[in-house]
Amino acid sequence: MEHEPNDVLSRFQHGDLEAFVSLYRLHQRAVHGWILRIVRNPAAAEDVTVETFWRIYRAHARFDPARGFEGWARQVASHAALDWLRAARPERELAPEVIDDLPAPSAADAAVTAEIRCKTARAFSRLPPKLRIAATLAVVEELPHKEVAEALSISVAAVKLRVFRALRMLRKDLSSQGITP
Amino acid sequence: MNELDQNRMKKLLQQALPPVAAAAEPARDLWPAVLRGLDAKPAPLPWFDLVLAGGLVALTAFFPAAIPVFLYYL
Repeated sequence: MEHEPNDVLSRFQHGDLEAFVSLYRLHQRAVHGWILRIVRNPAAAEDVTVETFWRIYRAHARFDPARGFEGWARQVASHAALDWLRAARPERELAPEVIDDLPAPSAADAAVTAEIRCKTARAFSRLPPKLRIAATLAVVEELPHKEVAEALSISVAAVKLRVFRALRMLRKDLSSQGITP
Repeated sequence: MNELDQNRMKKLLQQALPPVAAAAEPARDLWPAVLRGLDAKPAPLPWFDLVLAGGLVALTAFFPAAIPVFLYYL
């Protein structure tokens, strides 16, 4: 990602619209990509990206130029995505057209049928959003725990705990459906 | 849940939800929508959320033992 000059960051902090436009042009693709990883729904990712940049603009006075824009934008994006996960119904999140839009697994185990994958995805969508977002980033997207922790504004230990709880709840849900991983 | 179970669950989850292409571009130009919202005031907190938060604070004040339960479900 390109780095923005300190002058732009400082002007943005003071509410300069032109500086915000520069930062939007520079970071919107990365922010959208980050949100898409969390919400896993292309249409929703666009809406949440818009919402994220509204929040970023409104919060300009709280921005610290010394900490850089990318990490801060990622935190705002993660919180906006979390709010979307909380508001969305699991059935809507994993509607058939949404599942079809997602890429097929590259190395699917032959023993894991499409039905099991679908049930797993649905069970996952029923988990509490805070657990789901941590598991999505750390397990599905395989991002380093430190990166996930920074984006979610929590400690690395909290990320590990949320991932553990997510996997445990997922296993319990699947077991109740007769699926033993 | 032991480590073996965890690894199995991770593998199953990765097969059920493969990583998305994070480099994917938005299908439309989002700037007009961003621009429209810049002047809009943030939505006020819904009254129901405020009542719920108030009730939660009151409950934890009267029953402090419930705090760990709430923290678990946060």
